[in-house]
Parts: sequence; C-alpha cells; structure tokens
Amino acid sequence: MPVITIKPPTGWEAIDFKELRQYKDLFYFLVLRDIKVLYAQTILGFSWAIFNPAIQIIVFTVIFGKIAKLPTDGIPYFLFSTVAIIPWTYISDAMTKSSQSLVSEQSMLGKVYFPRMIYPLTPLLSKLVDFSISLLLLVGVLIYYKVAPTWNMLLLPGFVLYMVLIPAGIGLWLSSLAVRFRDVKFAMAFIIRMLIYTAPVLYSASSISPEYRLLYSLNPIVGVMEGFRACLLGGAIPWEFIVPGMVTAVVMVLTGAMYFRRMERVIVDVI
Amino acid sequence: MSTDDFAITAEGLSKIYRIGLKEQVHENFASMVMGFIRSPLQNFRKYRSLYQFDDVTDGESTAAEAQAGIIWALRDISFAIKRGEVVGFIGRNGAGKSTLLKLLTRITPPTRGQAEIRGSVASLLEVGTGFHRELTGRENIYLNGTILGMSKREVVSKFDEIVEFSGVERFLDTPVKRYSSGMAVRLAFAVAAHLDPEILIIDEVLAVGDAAFQKKCISKMQDVRKQGRTVLFVSHNMPAIAMLCTRAILLSGGKMTMDGTPHDVISRYLNSDAGTPSMREWPDAALAPGRDVARLRSIRVVSQDGRTATSVDIKEPVGIEMAFDVIKPGYKLLPHYYFYNEEGEVVFASLDQDTEWSERPYPTGRFVATAWIPGNFLTAGMLLVTATIITRSPDSLQFDEAQIVAFSVRDNMGPGTARGEWSGQMPGTVRPLLKWSTKYFPETRERDDLRRVRS
Repeated sequence: MPVITIKPPTGWEAIDFKELRQYKDLFYFLVLRDIKVLYAQTILGFSWAIFNPAIQIIVFTVIFGKIAKLPTDGIPYFLFSTVAIIPWTYISDAMTKSSQSLVSEQSMLGKVYFPRMIYPLTPLLSKLVDFSISLLLLVGVLIYYKVAPTWNMLLLPGFVLYMVLIPAGIGLWLSSLAVRFRDVKFAMAFIIRMLIYTAPVLYSASSISPEYRLLYSLNPIVGVMEGFRACLLGGAIPWEFIVPGMVTAVVMVLTGAMYFRRMERVIVDVI
Repeated sequence: MSTDDFAITAEGLSKIYRIGLKEQVHENFASMVMGFIRSPLQNFRKYRSLYQFDDVTDGESTAAEAQAGIIWALRDISFAIKRGEVVGFIGRNGAGKSTLLKLLTRITPPTRGQAEIRGSVASLLEVGTGFHRELTGRENIYLNGTILGMSKREVVSKFDEIVEFSGVERFLDTPVKRYSSGMAVRLAFAVAAHLDPEILIIDEVLAVGDAAFQKKCISKMQDVRKQGRTVLFVSHNMPAIAMLCTRAILLSGGKMTMDGTPHDVISRYLNSDAGTPSMREWPDAALAPGRDVARLRSIRVVSQDGRTATSVDIKEPVGIEMAFDVIKPGYKLLPHYYFYNEEGEVVFASLDQDTEWSERPYPTGRFVATAWIPGNFLTAGMLLVTATIITRSPDSLQFDEAQIVAFSVRDNMGPGTARGEWSGQMPGTVRPLLKWSTKYFPETRERDDLRRVRS
C-alpha cells in the first residue's frame, strides 16, 4: 500500500525518479497537448516549424553573409547558418517556454499535485517535435549544396542530447526563479539576444583567438553549434570547443535540478 | 487498532503565510527617487521573506507577528481518519478548510507538523483542472484523467463510461472551446466521477452545474461511500454534509474546534458566533445611539418562546426586538429593519405597521417593538439586521445601526419544511413554503382517445 508522508520540507532533496516514472502517462499527454495546441487554428500548421527558421536564415544570410561578410571558414553562408540556426531555434524556443512553464501553468499548479519538474521538462520534448520537422529544411539545404554525409553524422544524436541539456539546465533554474521574480520574463528576451552573439551561430568559432578559446567554449551553445557543423558538414570534430561546454551544461542541469527541488515546495505559496 | 486501519493521520499540521507586505509610501520626490534606486534590493528581501518562518514561534500569535503580517492559516490540526469514513470539513470562509485540503493533497507543504496518507489518493479541488480549450473532448478526457492521477490504461478502460456519463458523445471530436459551459462542466465532472482511488479528497465541487446534474453528483458520491472508500469533503452545503458524511470536523480561524457526528457539528457551526452578536445593549443612556427624539437601548433576536436566539430552525418564526427610549414627546416614529444576507444583499426591509402606533405621536418613555418573521420564509444561512428609526413629518433620522445583530437560519428537511424530502440545492434568497394544489383529471385521456376515434 502506498504511504505518502506529508511534512515540512528540510534541506536539499534528491530527484524522485520513481515518482516521475509513475507520472509518465501525464508527461506524455502534456507533451501531446503542447504540440496540438501550438498550431491549432493555423492555416500552415506544422509548416511554421520550417518557415520560422527559414525566414531567419534568409535574413541572416543577407545581413551577415552578404553585407557584413562574417567569417565562415569558406562555407557558403546560407549552408553555414542553416546548420546552426536549426538547433539554435530549438534552444531558444525551449529555453523561453521552459523558463515560463510554472508561471503560465499557475492555475493548474494550485489545484492539483504532480511532480513539479514535469512543468519545465514538458517544453523540452514538445519543442523537439518542431526541431524534427525543421530537420527537413536542413536535409533539403544539405542536398542542395551537395554535402556528402560523413561518419561524423553518427555522432549527431549525441549532439541532439547535448542540445536538449542546455534548455533543461536553464529551464530548471529559471522556471523556479520566475515564480518568485517575474523579472525573468523580461530578462529572457535579453539573454536570448546576447546568446546568439556570444555563440558561433552567425560566425565561425575559429575566428576566436586561441587565448580566449577555453573561456569562450565554456558557453555550452558553442559546443552544440560546432558539433552540429562538424557532424553535418564533415571535417575534424573540434573537441576543444565542445568538451568545456558539455561540462557547463551538465553542471547546469544538476544544479538546476537541485535548486528546483528546493524551490518547488514554496512555488504555490509564492506564485 | 493497527495503523493500517487509518487512511489518514495528521499530527499538529500548521501552515503559516506571510501577507500584508506593505508598499512604501514616499513623502517627497527625493525619497521616491531613493526608493526607486533601493527597490530591487527591497523587493528581493520582500519576496524572499514570503516563505521564511524561522522567526515565528509556536506560541499564541504575538503583536509582533501580526505586525509582520504573519497569518496562521492552520494551527495544530490533528486527526485520524479510519478507512471507509466520509468526513466533512465545515467552516466559514477563511477557516482553513481549503488550506487543509491543499496540505493533504501535497499542493503545498505544511510549515509544521506532519500527516500520513495510506492508500492511493486522488484529489479534486476543482472540476476541469488542466482542461484546454483548443483540445477536443476526447483529448481532454485523456489529459484531465491523467492529471487527476489515472494511468492511460485506466482512462482507456473507463472511456466509454465517462462519455456516457457526460452525455456529450456527439461532440467528442469538437474542440472544447465550442462547447457550452454546461457541456464542458459535465464532461469535466464525468472524468472526475470515474476516479477510482482508495481515498478521495474533494473541495466544494458539488457547487457546479444545474439541479439535475447536482443530483447525479450526489448519487455518485453515495455510490463511492457505499463502496467503502475514504472520502474527505469540504462543502458549504450542509444538507449534503449531513446526508453523505459519517463524521464532520469544524474549523474556525485555522483551528479545529469540533470533531463529531455531522448533526452535532453542523448545529454547532450554525450556532457559532460569526462576529456579530445576536444581542446588543446600551446600559448607559449617554452612549446609546440616537438623537434628539429617540435612542436605541437594546436590540436582540428572539425565538418563539421569547429567549435570545443565535439561530433558529428554518420552520420556526423569529423576532427582532428593539427597545428604545423616547426622550422628546409628540413625534410620530417609524421603526424599521433591513435584513442582509451573507452576500451583503438586502433580502427585504420591514417597516413598523402596528396600527396602534402608526398614526399616533409617541409620548416619552420606553418602547419595545418586535417584528416577527414567519417560519418557512427565510432561506438557510446568516442574516444581519440593520435597525433604524426616523421621525415622520418632519422626517429626521434618529439612528441607523448597520448590521448590529445577526442570526442564522438552520436548514432542515422533512414534513413541514419548504425543502420536504429534497436534499439537493435550494437556491434563492428566501425559501417560502407555498401552498400547492394539484388537481387530477382521470377522464381527460379517455375523452381525448374517444375524440380521436370519432374523427
């Protein structure tokens, strides 16, 4: 017989994976809800998942490729940016949605209990659907530029996982912070704008001078962008750009989960 | 008795909130600018303080706590509920009922104390939690079902029953936003009604839907009770509590004030002091409300036998008696009462129509005027009374004592009541027992049949 003990929270608590597993059906339906609701009553439906990044790629190609002529290691700018914009779109969308998840679901939060961690984790999965659809665009561009697949391609799933860790870490941290301080919502727009310039989304990481390389690579987005480029376009995998960011991402997810567990008890009282 | 016989045990549950964080008021521009510069830090401290209670002691509330906006929403609640008990929680708004349910359903943790729940539990604090307008009825059944704690397999197995109970078969694949509000509520309740836990925690969900639907809900609750489940139930609907529950717990001001049979607890609840007394007196004439002509000296609620009453049975008459002194003779006076319900609406007003005094100037001396409200006229609940006297020609207000006494009307059912054997909701600001007559015409059908045959 299940026994639930209700008592005042004390100190840090581990993640209750057993409990999370009990709620896997709910997790599934919440993801499904996000997907169905997102494009409800639109004409283009899921095509938006392709149009959005496509328009962004075109704008960036014109501004940064044609006018500003940013360095791309000799890769055509359109191809260069497509490979980065698609994971970038996922990261920024999932990050925004996840960090607002508790605030936007506050009516549910006060009426029913299930592991709170489901709230920030749901957008990570539902946005993966958009990401998968936008991969079609990526494949189209790769074919157009006649890029031959290399063995590097096999590492792509690993980099997708790495990509998911970034909004996971940020979402866990910021969703619980956003409950207490609504400033997060306003800061998010700013953070996203900063991140796109501090990561090699629009330019090549090789243009960073070697003395700053380690510091630069601590930004996990650098690793994801460089990893995606190496996987899809071939060439040596620049581990020196990838590994430091991986460490950051893992640290962020772990500390984020701990912080979330600590904050989740007061969420309902403070929201 | 082993611990397994108890479904829920609670020991010393308390919940503290900190409210009333004041916004700072600035007196001049300079302090406003300084305040603006300092505000991020202050805001940080303010929001942080919302959930830190290390400074709050276990003893009685101190003045310092009150100053800091500390509220004990619940204080030292202990109980043990056996398997199969249906327990009703009763109390006025703000008594802590909903907070208690939120603790037991793990929505928010207690500040002190602990509770244990043995067995699978489902809670229903709101009908239709997580319903999404853009999703179809079918999708919402799955989503809402899993939110309430069912597994996908359970929802699948009960799907047809849920749909049948809700009566929205035809619109199953229509987005819920196109539903009427009644349909949406029925669908939501249908999902909730098919929860199958050992322990069910419910908050005032019977307050939705029309009368027919409420009846369906009550009978569903009776089924649950017959199956021997443990149910915790918060409601303001006293007949429902009396009918469904085997035990009732009264909360007031965050504390548990009574635990007993529904009948005893309900009558204590209805008799309990709601803040307004059923009698007021002004022994010192100088302090009595009034002006140059008349002064109010006492007012009270009286029952049929002339005793001061805090509550009356819905079947019985109740009187409002005011004693006033006339200190200046020669004026015609008009005493009257206003009756307000708990929602603050005026239920009715009553003017003194005693023919003996209505056209006559009052001499000096003490007068006692009583207005009798017949039995089977008021609806159940609190009534607050405002007493006023004006002089006629010239009209001048002598006193107007707003809501100075109150009494409650106890609901009752059975022969001689307007409710009769009906146990569902009885809406309305009054509940008169009307004379009904039903005539029977046994020949009508035959005559109609004959006519049809002839033509």
